[in-house]
Amino acid sequence: MTTAASSNATYLENYRRFRFFKDKVTTVSVTAGGLGIIVTLLLIFAYLLYEVLPLFQGASIESVSHYDLPLALSSDNTLLVAMEEQAEIAFRLTDKGDAVFWHARTGKLVSQQKLMLPADSHITSFAQSSAESRLFIVGLSSGQAVIAKHHYRISYPNDKRLITPEIQYPYGNTPIDISSGAEINSIAYRDGEESLTIAAMTGEQKLKLIRLQKEEDFLSEEMTLKKEEIDIHIPGAPIDYLGIDIDQRWLFMVENGTQLSAIDITGDAAAIVDTVSLPEASVKFNALSFLLGGISLLSADTSGLITQWFMVRDQDANWRLQSIRQFQQAAGERVILQSEQRRKGFISLHKDATLSLYHSTAQRELLTKKVSDKPISDMALSPRADALLLIDEQQAVSYWRVDNEHPDVSWQVLWQEVWYESYQKPEYIWQSSSSSNDFEPKFSLTPLAFGTLKAAFYTMLFAAPLAICGAIYTAYFMAGAMRRKVKPLIELMEALPTVILGFLAGIWLAPFIESSLSAVFALAFAIPLTIFLTGYLWHISPKKIHYLLPPGYEAALLIPSVLLVGWFCIEFNAELERVFFGGDMRSWITRDLGISFDQRNALVVGIAMGLAVIPTIFSITEDAIFSVPKHLSNASLALGASPWQTLVGVVLPTASPGIFSALMIGMGRAVGETMIVLMATGNTPIMDANIFEGLRSLSANIAVEVPEAAVDSTHFRVLYLSAFFLFLFTFIVNTIAEIVRQRLRRRYGSL
Amino acid sequence: MCMIAVIGLLFILAVRGFGHFWPATIIEAVYYDIANENQPVPVLGQLVETKEVSLEQLQSAGMQIESVNGSQFMSRHLMKVGNRDITGQDFVWVLQDYLHNIEQPRELVVIERREWGNFYGRVEALKKEGDIVWQAQAGQAFDRLDNPLFEEQFSRVKTLIEAIDKIEKEDISSINHGLERLRLKERRLALDYGGPLPDNHVDVIEIKQMRIVFNKHYESLQKELARLYEAISRDTLIALTADGKKFEIPLAKIVHVFQPNAMSLPDKMAAYLYKLVEFLTDEPREANTEGGIFPAIFGTVMMVILMAVMVTPFGVVAAVYLHEYAKQGMVTRLIRVAVNNLAGVPSIVYGVFGLGFFVYFIGGNIDTLFFPEAKPAPTFGTPGMLWASLTLALLTLPVVIVATEEGLARIPRSIREGSLALGATKAETLWRIIIPMASPAMMTGLILAVARAAGEVAPLMLVGVVKLAPSLPIDGNYPFVHLDQKFMHLGFHIYDVGFQSPNVEAARPLVYATSLLLVAIIAILNFSAVVMRNHLREKYKSLES
Repeated sequence: MTTAASSNATYLENYRRFRFFKDKVTTVSVTAGGLGIIVTLLLIFAYLLYEVLPLFQGASIESVSHYDLPLALSSDNTLLVAMEEQAEIAFRLTDKGDAVFWHARTGKLVSQQKLMLPADSHITSFAQSSAESRLFIVGLSSGQAVIAKHHYRISYPNDKRLITPEIQYPYGNTPIDISSGAEINSIAYRDGEESLTIAAMTGEQKLKLIRLQKEEDFLSEEMTLKKEEIDIHIPGAPIDYLGIDIDQRWLFMVENGTQLSAIDITGDAAAIVDTVSLPEASVKFNALSFLLGGISLLSADTSGLITQWFMVRDQDANWRLQSIRQFQQAAGERVILQSEQRRKGFISLHKDATLSLYHSTAQRELLTKKVSDKPISDMALSPRADALLLIDEQQAVSYWRVDNEHPDVSWQVLWQEVWYESYQKPEYIWQSSSSSNDFEPKFSLTPLAFGTLKAAFYTMLFAAPLAICGAIYTAYFMAGAMRRKVKPLIELMEALPTVILGFLAGIWLAPFIESSLSAVFALAFAIPLTIFLTGYLWHISPKKIHYLLPPGYEAALLIPSVLLVGWFCIEFNAELERVFFGGDMRSWITRDLGISFDQRNALVVGIAMGLAVIPTIFSITEDAIFSVPKHLSNASLALGASPWQTLVGVVLPTASPGIFSALMIGMGRAVGETMIVLMATGNTPIMDANIFEGLRSLSANIAVEVPEAAVDSTHFRVLYLSAFFLFLFTFIVNTIAEIVRQRLRRRYGSL
Repeated sequence: MCMIAVIGLLFILAVRGFGHFWPATIIEAVYYDIANENQPVPVLGQLVETKEVSLEQLQSAGMQIESVNGSQFMSRHLMKVGNRDITGQDFVWVLQDYLHNIEQPRELVVIERREWGNFYGRVEALKKEGDIVWQAQAGQAFDRLDNPLFEEQFSRVKTLIEAIDKIEKEDISSINHGLERLRLKERRLALDYGGPLPDNHVDVIEIKQMRIVFNKHYESLQKELARLYEAISRDTLIALTADGKKFEIPLAKIVHVFQPNAMSLPDKMAAYLYKLVEFLTDEPREANTEGGIFPAIFGTVMMVILMAVMVTPFGVVAAVYLHEYAKQGMVTRLIRVAVNNLAGVPSIVYGVFGLGFFVYFIGGNIDTLFFPEAKPAPTFGTPGMLWASLTLALLTLPVVIVATEEGLARIPRSIREGSLALGATKAETLWRIIIPMASPAMMTGLILAVARAAGEVAPLMLVGVVKLAPSLPIDGNYPFVHLDQKFMHLGFHIYDVGFQSPNVEAARPLVYATSLLLVAIIAILNFSAVVMRNHLREKYKSLES
């Protein structure tokens, strides 16, 4: 007996322990789960921020190795230092024509070659017009020029990458004759698909221009060059710099160190089109370089100003050499400028070994750092802009790693007007990708934000009056039975997928509006008129008819009359168009009003998105009005006010914060809606408030471009940034709405 | 107003969607084309749409036309004339006033083909192994419903096609799957071994043997397929176009043959039903513009179910924590505001988050940890079913939390206190009393979540939906459920076919039907949840009173 009792007791004890254990486990797991979920939700915010932040970080560089320049002779002058794609092998060309290749990290010699030069001549000038082509030209004392290229063959013996450097001569190794014997002091070239242009200043102060047309033989695919010579007469000032732009249309030159001129070299005779001089006589240009793409010219002067220039056509169709943007650095005598090979960024190196990284479009100074105690004489940036080679005057080399992932985004690029290359003036433009490599990405979020707000504005214009009036009527005047039928219907409308609304808007509504534009406008006037008219007729109709309809059901009367008017307007659309707009309202708009008309326009979006937003606004407004305490309105009615007066004087003011929050939440939905905007607009990122033109919203832009953006590229991160802005915007709007609503609830509570 | 709009929209969807499957009458007429200097051109096809167009509009479009009877308007028909491979276009616009001799001959046929869309015309002859076995004669035209020879040939071809489908889609696909698994196994072994495996390794021998078995099986299937393909190309059909050109169509390329003009109403209804069933259960053809949408329906439903399975427990746990366990105060209020707000965050933001966090971050790490053998091809590091449903679960989480919390708040304090006073632990109270009582509210949350998830497209475009998935996410190959696969979705189908398709005009009715179906699915999901909620409410009514 006792054993049974005690076993029972131990059993109970165990059971109780088990129960408490269960309780503990539940508490812990529920707490962990609950907190986990909430953390997850916060994670969205954190993750977006994590994706976006690298955009705004500056650059950093760190020194990796130091060594002495291989095969260096103190009598040699360096003409060019470069690195190949992987930044594994470095290359140096000297004025003796020696080409030396070595391992960029270690300084171990890889190979030494000699540039093939004609006998009895030496190098007198050198130029490289674009680092990414690896092509360079040397002008010789014999009046000839040689074009060569440092090239890297990649092979994989034993599954290991082997890079074999060599010097190539794409235009053959016979020198090109330029000035028949006169020494070439200064030289420039530009290589294109169809022709090669060389400009050279000879010892006799003559500017020679040579254009070589490339003609390919169809059968043998052999290229022959057709030569064409032009002499340009320049009043005898010494020329410091020559450069030819990408289209081989402009020759830029610096005279006397102070005057920058642009020469049009398209025709047979070349002429100076524009000249700019530095403001102060003491200030001189000390470095010039083309930016990636060969359109913009960068100049650095002794006052420390770096200026970006390109040719712009003004209102009178005259070409000007326009200063686009400027960067200020410390003044100094000697500066090296070098452009990046994949982006519109550049490096400037000051004589006192201060290195600065810039980005032109973003107008950002990413880094300024003193890299050495000794003056630096040469530098090379790797094609991927991830490694840097510096050679100082004692011919000691240092290899640096560069971390500069996203130089091309700044506040200015995102939100302000930017003067892009080849544009006539600063503009807001979103154009994220292009087929060409040296393209300048245009990441202005302004047109997208504008499009988003434009769509939201027209949506609210359509939805707000309808939803609010509907809600007021439903909550305040409608019979309970009818209200119970209307509310679920509106809620069903909320569940209607937006992709269907968007599809109908794009495929059915847009062509319909286009073909019966006047009917749509007539409807906008006719329907309110009909409603008033029906109301008035009902008002003056005999009381007997009133008894046929239970109170609160009067609104049902509107349905047939509105349908009738709608049918009437659409049926007589053609007549309307003929009478008022000469047959076709659409062409009347474009012809007589001068407004352009897209089929998928803001009007269509406004209506379609309005339908998506109405249920949200409606149900919140309806709740707000319905929950206004009954004793307030009863008191007002008891004091003799009419129902209308009660509504305007008592109910609406009390519920107005609720209506406001409904509008805010509706606005939040309209801003974030994707599918409707994607399908019902042309998705053109333009800045135009015209209701008949398309738009591109932030959300639609994300949906279109994210799948195509390279992961973690600047473009990808900018899209994440726009998602972050959307998130932030809706979050703020919703929070305001929520706070207002909670206040309102507390106030009702106190009443 | 809004009611009219909603009902009107649904009405448009219904009319356009349902009308698509009805076998419409084919007309034959002579058209005096203005563009062709009034040369009579025979036209043959189905009328799709008629519009009243003003003369000026036509003239401004470059047409040299005069008013026929003084009216300023003309009726313009959109005719589906098919024969895209011959004329290059499926549809033509014709003006009513230039159509003459409109007739509806009984013998006209619509041939739905596997490629190039519909064929409209007459059937001239049937061929078997290149010899004509049946020929249309004067007074004895082709009759689809009364031609035993055609019936026999056509049903033979259908059985053959089924056999081919089975081999290609099931047998060969499972062999390919098996071979791929072997390859991955081999790489995995090599990775674990730290280099190429020696040839005498036990596993290597086994893999080799299995590979031989697979290859043998594959070869025999290939032979079988070759035999079937030869057999299927035996029979052809000679058809005449409107202008009398002869055209040979292999029976294997034919899906259906209809003769709408000869069909009675019950026949038409049968055909209608047949096409409706095909639409619901078949796979798409011709870049999704024809055939059925079964994979899209399957993908949508499966994704929504997965999402519901994930979101419900998490949402409920979060709500229970917020309401029952957390200390009420400033923090919980802040959390509530945040959760409420998250419900209003645009869905595309969730999509972007899902892509970045789930797909690239978590998926990428899963791949590195668990599937190194498949690299560089991603397994989970690419958009797929799992990530899509997770993203949607996150999107709908606030909805479930809010709804469940409301339900919890409605349970009177006295019930909780009563249970605790009787000695029940907090967990028991929760499990036995609170959760059952709050279950209708949870169901409401789930309903709202499902309704939102089923109609959401924008985030899915980023995290796993494709226009054409090669296979369903569930099939007969190990591990049977492929959560890493991409899938098709009704909403995306609507967007893709309606806006990105090469032949939008032909696909449009199909999109209307798809839209209607999507609305129907959402309504059904909603409705079933409502029924479940009511059932639960009944069950726990006694508790509430």
